[in-house]
Amino acid sequence: MFIEYIVGLSGLIAAGLFIYGLKAMSSPVTAVSGIVTAGYGMVFVVGATFLNLFNVSPDARPHLLVNVALAVVALLLGCLWTGWRGRTVQMTAMPQMVAIFNGMGGGSAASLAAVSLLSDHATSGLHLSVTIVGALIGCISFTGSIIAWAKLDGRMRKPVRFGGQRIFNAALFLIALVLGALTVMQYGTPTGALPGILFFGAALLFGICMTLPIGGADMPVVISLYNAFTGLAVGLEGYVMGNPALMIAGMVVGSAGTLLTALMAKAMNRSLTNVLFSNFGDTASSAKGPEGEMKSADPSDAATSMRYASSVIIVPGYGLAVAQAQQKLYEFVKMLVADGVDVKFAIHPVAGRMPGHMNVLLAEAGVPYDMIYDMDDINDSFATTDVALIIGANDVVNPEALTDKSSPIYGMPILNAYKARQVFVIKRGSGTGYSGVQNPLFFQKNCTMVFGDAQAVLSKMVEAVKALGSA
Amino acid sequence: MDSVTSMTFIIALYIFMLAAFTGYVVISRVPSILHTPLMSGSNFIHGIVVVGALDALFNATTLTGQIIGFVGVFLGAGNVMGGYVVTDRMLAMFRPSQKQTPEKKGQQ
Repeated sequence: MFIEYIVGLSGLIAAGLFIYGLKAMSSPVTAVSGIVTAGYGMVFVVGATFLNLFNVSPDARPHLLVNVALAVVALLLGCLWTGWRGRTVQMTAMPQMVAIFNGMGGGSAASLAAVSLLSDHATSGLHLSVTIVGALIGCISFTGSIIAWAKLDGRMRKPVRFGGQRIFNAALFLIALVLGALTVMQYGTPTGALPGILFFGAALLFGICMTLPIGGADMPVVISLYNAFTGLAVGLEGYVMGNPALMIAGMVVGSAGTLLTALMAKAMNRSLTNVLFSNFGDTASSAKGPEGEMKSADPSDAATSMRYASSVIIVPGYGLAVAQAQQKLYEFVKMLVADGVDVKFAIHPVAGRMPGHMNVLLAEAGVPYDMIYDMDDINDSFATTDVALIIGANDVVNPEALTDKSSPIYGMPILNAYKARQVFVIKRGSGTGYSGVQNPLFFQKNCTMVFGDAQAVLSKMVEAVKALGSA
Repeated sequence: MDSVTSMTFIIALYIFMLAAFTGYVVISRVPSILHTPLMSGSNFIHGIVVVGALDALFNATTLTGQIIGFVGVFLGAGNVMGGYVVTDRMLAMFRPSQKQTPEKKGQQ
């Protein structure tokens, strides 16, 4: 009885610390203290859980020693592996890391459901149903996140699509639901295990099949959705375990994650159903390519015109991060600022691979965040700006999204870089963006391409400005 | 496992409802620069599932239960540690830029 109180109270304190930490994480000033606070809560509640050792069911008592040894080994292995991966991973690879850690949480919730089904203390049909629903969501999040990781990590370049895929997926989902219902109904009977095993198989498979057709460009939204899924699964399994701390933490993440997903989808001007079921990015770009020819220029010419411009807006995209050129870019920017050029960064809500990813990458390079502007705050300024410098971005500055109704990206809000007096685009080649759509901006009269690796081009630009000397 | 039976489904629904509102309110005023760390931070928080997985493993009676419980604790622990490390690393990067802000304003 005493132990139950201690463990229960520790869960309550942890839940409080989580909410406080999450709140603190929503402001840049307090964000670091936020994650530390939440971390204390986690250490506290995990430590207190070990008190439950004195409270295990009588059947489990003979296995206690083995179980504790297993628990300690599993904790150590899990912490060491992900701690090491998390410390060493490149910032550009962060989204897929978040995906894999999130998938692990979903898998954990699903295993928790499986263990709870195995030990037959479950009593009511309601209780079993909640277990099954949580397991279904957890399984989808688990395998779905793994596919999302594979896509972001470049291990799976093309979306996998085939005719009738939607019907196939819907059927698979129905089968999983039916098997789940059978598991509940036949629970405790001699043949009860079979539908249970098949249910988990179908749920895991559905997670894979649901994610396979979604294009890489949509992965941020999908990861955010699976983050919410895992939260929901954890909350439901918290009910199953009779643990309110899991219920609160899971549901808080479930709703916060859903909101975040909606915000991201909105930033791309697409509904969530559209993201999940529309096979975006599949259509080959419309047969009629944009008219005209691309102009190209030397890095030093481009650098010179920026040096003598009065205002420059930089639009960084994921290509900048791939080239590891943020540091070089900031070096270049500092020189421009020193020469009196007004430089701003414009960030599209879905720049990078996750919302805010580009902010993190720029922050890593030391760019102060008051130089960085959101799309809504800066879009009107392009028309009065001398130079827009686009680096490794494509779809987020494609004016076709505003004008061409047949374009797959039609309706997505863009940065109005095309309105600037002069547009420079640093790009590896003349290929299309992540969505596979050609960009008419590159053929505009006021647009000049600077072909080459962003790192190399920016190095040359820095040299060129140095050569000009200080004003 | 008495607590399972003592907690009625209705009370659970109350908890779920309040928690859902809490999550919604806490996140609704977040500037977009913090979206990625916040997704990672909430990812860390649902790592509390490791607590449930530990309880399940402690109470496992069969080999199958032990194996699945072991996997559950491993995955949950990975979620916690990975989520924390990644979030902490990202948020730490926002600090130097804060310090630079006044300097830059001073220059202009």
